[in-house]
Parts: sequence; C-alpha cells; structure tokens
Amino acid sequence: MRAVLGRFKFGGRGLVVVLPYVWLMLFFVVPFLIVLKISFSDIDLAIPPYKPLWIWDGEHAPAITLNFNNYTFLFTDKLYVKALLNSLKVAFVSSMLCLLIGYPMAYGIARSRPAVRSVLLMLIVLPFWTSLLLRVYAWIGLLKANGVINNVLLHLGLIHEPLTMLYTPFAMYVGIVYSYLPFMILPLYANLEKMDWQLIEAAEDLGCRPWRAFLSITLPLSRNGVLAGSMLVFIPAVGEFVIPALLGGPNALMIGRILWDEFFSNRDWPVASAVAILMLLLLVPFMMWYQSIQAREAAASE
Amino acid sequence: MNQRRSLFVITCIVFGYAFLYIPIFSMVVFSFNASKLVTVWDSANSPTLKWYHALLHNNEILDAAWISVKVALINACGAVILGTLAGFALARFARFRGRFVLSAMTTAPLVMPEVITGLSLLLLFVALEQAVGWPAGRGITTMTIAHMTFSMAYVTVVVQSRLATFDMSLEEAAMDLGARPLKVFFVITLPIVFPAVLSGWLLAFTLSWDDLVISSFTSGPGSSTLPMVVFSKVRLGVSPEINVLATITISVVTIIIVGVSLWMARSKRIATSPA
Repeated sequence: MRAVLGRFKFGGRGLVVVLPYVWLMLFFVVPFLIVLKISFSDIDLAIPPYKPLWIWDGEHAPAITLNFNNYTFLFTDKLYVKALLNSLKVAFVSSMLCLLIGYPMAYGIARSRPAVRSVLLMLIVLPFWTSLLLRVYAWIGLLKANGVINNVLLHLGLIHEPLTMLYTPFAMYVGIVYSYLPFMILPLYANLEKMDWQLIEAAEDLGCRPWRAFLSITLPLSRNGVLAGSMLVFIPAVGEFVIPALLGGPNALMIGRILWDEFFSNRDWPVASAVAILMLLLLVPFMMWYQSIQAREAAASE
Repeated sequence: MNQRRSLFVITCIVFGYAFLYIPIFSMVVFSFNASKLVTVWDSANSPTLKWYHALLHNNEILDAAWISVKVALINACGAVILGTLAGFALARFARFRGRFVLSAMTTAPLVMPEVITGLSLLLLFVALEQAVGWPAGRGITTMTIAHMTFSMAYVTVVVQSRLATFDMSLEEAAMDLGARPLKVFFVITLPIVFPAVLSGWLLAFTLSWDDLVISSFTSGPGSSTLPMVVFSKVRLGVSPEINVLATITISVVTIIIVGVSLWMARSKRIATSPA
C-alpha cells in the first residue's frame, strides 16, 4: 500500500507542485522584486519612464545607483503619510462596522433551520457574484442629491432640502461596508456553524442570562472567525481604489488612489512603486496573521 | 435543539438583507425608467425597454463585453488547471519542499490590494518585454495572465477545502485494487472534486469579468474590458444604460448560481445517500 502511494507521489507529485509553483513565482513573487527595484530608481522621460539602476560600460565595475529619494519624498510630503493613515483608519472603521452588522447576521444564519439556512447563505453569496463596480454604482443613484434616498425622505416630509451624501466620507464608508460585508459574514458563519450550541443551553439552564452566555461562550469561541473576517475586510480595504474614486469625491485621501494617480496621471512609476512597497510592508504582518488564523482553523476542523 | 432566535437577531437579519438588496433592486427598477435622469421616475412613459434597446446598439459596450468574455473564458480554464493542481498539492501532500511558500503564495493574492498586484504585474511585463521581447506590448494576453494569477488562488482554496473533507480511503481502495495513479485521479478524485472545480471555474470567470483595477494596469490600447468602459462612463455620472447592464448581469448570475446550487444539492444527496 505504502509502496503504491509512494510511487504515485514520486511520479505525479513533481508535476503537480511544479506548475502552480513556477507560475506563482514568476507572476506573483518576481513582480514584487521588480517593484522594489524600480522604487529605487529615478523617473525618466523615456519608455519605460524610469532610469536603469546599474549602468555598465563593459570595462569598469558596474555603477549601481540606488536612490532613496522616492522614499524620502513620501515622508517629506505630508500627503502620502496622511493618505496612509487615513486608509488605515477607514479600513479599521469599516471592518468594525462590518463586524457589528455581520456578526448578528452570521449568528442568525447559523442558528436557523437547514432549509432556511441555505437560502439565507445563497442570498449572502449572490451579491458577491455580481459585479462590485455595478453595485458601487448603484449607491450613486441612491445617495446623490436627486437620488432615491433624498426623494423618499423629501416625499415623507422628513427633510426639506436634499442631504449631501454622495462624495462624502459617509458615502465611502457605506460603499466599503456594503461591498465587503459578505467577506465578513462567510468566515463568521463557517465558524459559528461548527459551534456546539449545547454549551449555551447548559449555561442558560444554569441560569446564565442570554447576553452573558453570548459574551462569555459564543464570542470567545468564534474568535478565529472574527479575526479572519476582519482581516478579509481590513487588508484589501486599505488599498481600495474603486469605492473612494466613485463615492468618496475628490477629497477622499486613500493610498490606493494615490498610487493609481501617481501611475496613471503623473506617470511617476518610481514613486508609485515606492508607495506600493510601503503599503506592502504595512500589510504583510496582517497577511501573515491571517494565514496563521487560517492554519489554526484548518487544524481545529480536522 | 434550540432554534429560538431573539428579536434582535431577526431585526439585524432583516435590515442586513435590505442593505444588501435595496441597491440591487433600485438598479433593476430604474432600468425600466423612461427618464434620462435615472433616479426620477417618469411615470407617464415607464416602464419602457428603450434603454435595453440602446444598450444592445452601443458598440463601445458590446466590443468591450466581447473582450471581457474572451479574457474571462481563457482565464477560467487556465486558473482551474493551476488552482486544482495547487489545491491538490496542498491538501494531499503533507510535506514537501516549498509547501509553506506555495500556501503563502496562494493565500496572499486573496487579500492583496488590487492596485499592488496590478502595478507589480505591469512592471513585470514591461521588464520582460525589455529583456526578452515578450510579451510584445500589452493587451488580452497580459490581462489574461494577470487574471489567472489572482483567480487561481480562489480556485486553490475551493478545491483544497473540498479535498480536505473527503475520505482518502476511496483512493487507497482503488489503488489496492490495482488502479494506476492517473486512473485513480480521473475515476475517483476528479468526480469527487468536480463540484469544487466547477465552482472554481465560475468564480474565476466572474473575478475576471468584474475586474477593473488589475485590467487597467495590464491592458493596452484597444483592449478595454467591460468594467473599464463602465468605470469611465460612471465617472461622468449615472447613465440609464448601466442600469440595464446591471439588470442583465444580475439576472444571468442569479440563474446560473441558483441552477448550479440546486444541481449540486441534488447530486450531493445522491452521492451521500448510504454514508
């Protein structure tokens, strides 16, 4: 038996691993090294618009010119640090809002009857399959001055002139929470689904109040789901481009937008690269944390 | 078993689903609105199909949709192959050199901000073109490679989690009975993971079809995808045709997703009847 398995591994194994491995190395890891390299070079009026890092005339030792100007520039110009801090804040507040809205929903789904549960889950997944861009666009129609929400409120007589909602931080938060909510609910649900509800019953039988049972049993046991969901919202939200660009208005300072503008409008590839490296350095610890949570969840379910 | 749900939880569920679905319904409703003002209902002339007619004659959108279909189809097939292999390796081979790196490389794209992935892939393509002359310029090929790189990560997760829950003794039994490894894979393993592979394919197709940021970085002149065209239109303001596009997208997605999940629920019932 073991010998057969061994042969299987020896024959197929190499190929099975090598193909995705080489692909990801070439198209996922190597590109970051190139970004790192270009973040140390100078902008140039050429195609591509940056200067080579080393020049070698064939005789002398190659002259390597590393310059840190792009990085010092990022820290001297207040704009970048401000955008970075603001992105962290927006991403953090958004993940907390997603958690507040998503937890009761995931809890309700996990505790419903199996037939209802599959319908509710499907309704969570469905928006995720429909274009994010179109769903963000829908909010423009809802939030703008003569949009649906203002029209309804005016009609009901609750307000007398339209509220300014579009192109404000409020609109941006609505868009981010709306788009990322399924990413919070799904890992939470996956975690809560495995919960042993008899523990709660036991606590309540012993006279524990429901809220206390929730805070001292359910919440601590769903810790990995909470963390995984929060990371799935927080990390991509830091670099979010589409939502601030469409809903946040010109003043929405987000680092993903800055990177986009440096690249597409200013055509400053080295500075765009430096922004990317900075963002990456900031996010890698969170990504590693996320991966260790995933590994723990996988180990727990075995 | 305690199925009791508090009023609080039920309220949250109702409001939560309303929050998720009101924007979607508003687009569907206003796609039939006659007024060009989009959100002001013109009750005299509505409902109307005139924007549907306009969309079907908008060549810019149709051309972009065709490019998106091509990229999404090739991407989905490629991503399924790469992702299934990676998912298989991670679920089945307990330890091999580079396991940690492979699992990190398939987790990172799931959370990596798109602007970073897009920029890094573009810089790779530019550097490759300078060094070896390939890919010459940017367009459908570079976009497809970029899409495969991030969507294979999703396929990997789906396939890996399916394989992790499935009983390995079936494969062992087949091998004990003398089946060759390749035959075991095609006769036992593949049918069992097929639902995961199918969801992976659909997921990869959708991710590619929807992608704006990574496509914008890696596309070239004349290869604008549908999201790129939509984005440039939406930036200029709301347009009734986009509501129509959204309604069509939502309908197609709903039919496919509901159909596939009903089919899977059925085949699962058949497959697991004795176990």
